[in-house]
Amino acid sequence: MPTENPAPASAPIPFRGGGFRPKPIRFVGLLVFLLLLILIELGTRTGWISNLTLPRPSDVFATLWSLAETGLLWDHLLPSVARFLVGSAMGVSAGIALGIMIGLFSLARAGLVPLVAAIFPIPKIALLPLFVIWFGIGEGSKYALIALGTFTPTIVATYGAVDNVDRTLIRMGQSFGLGWASIVRKIVLPGAMPGILSGLRISLAIAIILLTAAEMIGARYGIGAYVLEAGSLYDLERLFAGVALLSLMGVVVNWTVAKVEQRVLRWRV
Amino acid sequence: MELRLEEIRHSYGETDVLDGISLEVPSGGILCLIGPSGCGKSTLLRIAGGLEEPTSGRVVQVGAPSPDSLNPLTYIFQDFALLPWRTVAGNVSLVLEEHPLSKAEIRDIVDDVLTRTGLIDFRDALPKNLSGGMKQRVAISRALAVKPAVWLMDEPLSALDAQTRELLMDDLVGLWTKTPFTAIYVTHNLAEAVRLGHRIAVLSRRPGRVRDVVEVRTPLEARRTADPQLEAHQRRLWSLIRDEAQAADRELVRG
Repeated sequence: MPTENPAPASAPIPFRGGGFRPKPIRFVGLLVFLLLLILIELGTRTGWISNLTLPRPSDVFATLWSLAETGLLWDHLLPSVARFLVGSAMGVSAGIALGIMIGLFSLARAGLVPLVAAIFPIPKIALLPLFVIWFGIGEGSKYALIALGTFTPTIVATYGAVDNVDRTLIRMGQSFGLGWASIVRKIVLPGAMPGILSGLRISLAIAIILLTAAEMIGARYGIGAYVLEAGSLYDLERLFAGVALLSLMGVVVNWTVAKVEQRVLRWRV
Repeated sequence: MELRLEEIRHSYGETDVLDGISLEVPSGGILCLIGPSGCGKSTLLRIAGGLEEPTSGRVVQVGAPSPDSLNPLTYIFQDFALLPWRTVAGNVSLVLEEHPLSKAEIRDIVDDVLTRTGLIDFRDALPKNLSGGMKQRVAISRALAVKPAVWLMDEPLSALDAQTRELLMDDLVGLWTKTPFTAIYVTHNLAEAVRLGHRIAVLSRRPGRVRDVVEVRTPLEARRTADPQLEAHQRRLWSLIRDEAQAADRELVRG
C-alpha cells in the first residue's frame, strides 16, 4: 500500500467507550406507569380487556376517592400503618442490636449465626397460627409476625456490615488509644451504616408483605382485611384500590429510607 | 524518649518473618527501615507501636515521653486511615476526644495543627473531596495533635504520585527542622530513605534480619535531590538490597 498511497488517508478514531454507566433520568418511571394505566383504561373502555380481567383504572380511583370521603380509608390505613411501624420497629431494633453483638463478639457469633440461619428460610407466615396461640388474635400476633420477618434480614445485614468495616480504621483507633466503646460508637457503627440501611430496605419491604398476610388471616380493619374481603366478593375495583394502597406504602417507605441514606451517608463516595 | 527493639522474632504459623532484630531509635532521630517487599518491615513497625505482639523479644522505651504527649507512639498509615464520615477537623478531633480536654481546647489544638499543615481552609471538607496528598496531610495533622514522642510511619508516601510525594517530603523535612521528632520510617523507596533518615537500617528478605545500618550525616535541611553524597548512599543501599530484592521477587512469582 505505501507505494500506491503516499499520503495516508486520515480517519477519526470512532468513540467506543461509554455506556455501562446508569444515570438517573427523571419522570420516565412515572411516565411508564401512567402509560400503562392509560393503556389499561383504553383497553377496558373499548372492551379489548374484559371487566372480569382488570378493573378500569378510573373506577379504582373513584373507589379510592369514595373510601377517603367516607372516612373508611383511615379506618383501614391507620391500623395497618401502626402495625407496620410497631412490628418493624421491634424487629429492626432487635436485629440491629443482635447483629452488632454477632459482629463484635465471637461467642455471640458462634451461638447465634446457626440459629439465624435456621430461622431465616422459614416462611414467617407459616408461623402466624402459632403466634395467634401465643399472643392472641389481636395486635400482638401481628406485631410478632412482622417483627420476626424484619428481624432476620436485619440481623444478617447488620453483622455482615460490621464484618465489612475497614479493619485498618479500627487499628488506627487503637493506635491512638481510643477505648473499646469509642471504637464501636465512632468507627464500627458509622462504618456499618451503609450495610444496615440497605438491609433496612429489604426488611421493610418484607414487613409490608407480612402485614398484608397477617391482616388477611385475622383482622377486621387493615388494608389486608380490605383486600381479602374485596377478593372474596370478586370486587376488583376495591381489590385494586387496596393493592394500590399497599404499593403506595412501599413507595413511601423506600423514599423515606432513601432520604435517610442521603442524610446519613453524605460522606460516601 | 528513645525506643529500643531487642531481639525481635516473629513468625506467622510456620513462616518466620523476623529473625532477631535489634535496633535503636535515638531521641530526635529518624530511623528508616528499608528492605525488599515481604521482609517484615511493616510487621516490625506494628510491633514497635504495640499493634502486634512479637513471638519473642521486646520493645523498650528509654526515658519518659514529654508529659504533654497524649499518645507517645503515633502511627502514620500508608492508606491514611481517615474516617470517611468525619470532616478534616472531625478526623483530627477524634483522637483528642478521648482525653480530658474541653471543647474549646480541642478546637484550639485542631485549628493549630491544621494551620501548621496548611489545611485550615479545608477544616470542614470530607475526605472524599480531598486528594491523596491532602488526605495524608490530614493524617499528619492528626498525629501532630497528640504530640507524639515517636512517630511510626508506615510507607506514608507510597500511595501518592511522585509529585505529591516530593511536596509531602518537603513538608516532613520542614516539620522536622522546626521541631525535631523521633521516628521510625518504613519505606521501600531508597530516595526517601536517604532524604529523611539519620540512620537507615537495611533488612534482608524473609526472615528479616538487619543486614546493615547506614548512617547519613548530612543535616536534613541541607539534603537536596541529586546531592552526590546522598546518591552514593543510595547506590550503596541499592547494592545491599538488590540481590535480595531480586530473590524476593522470584519468590513471589514462584508462589
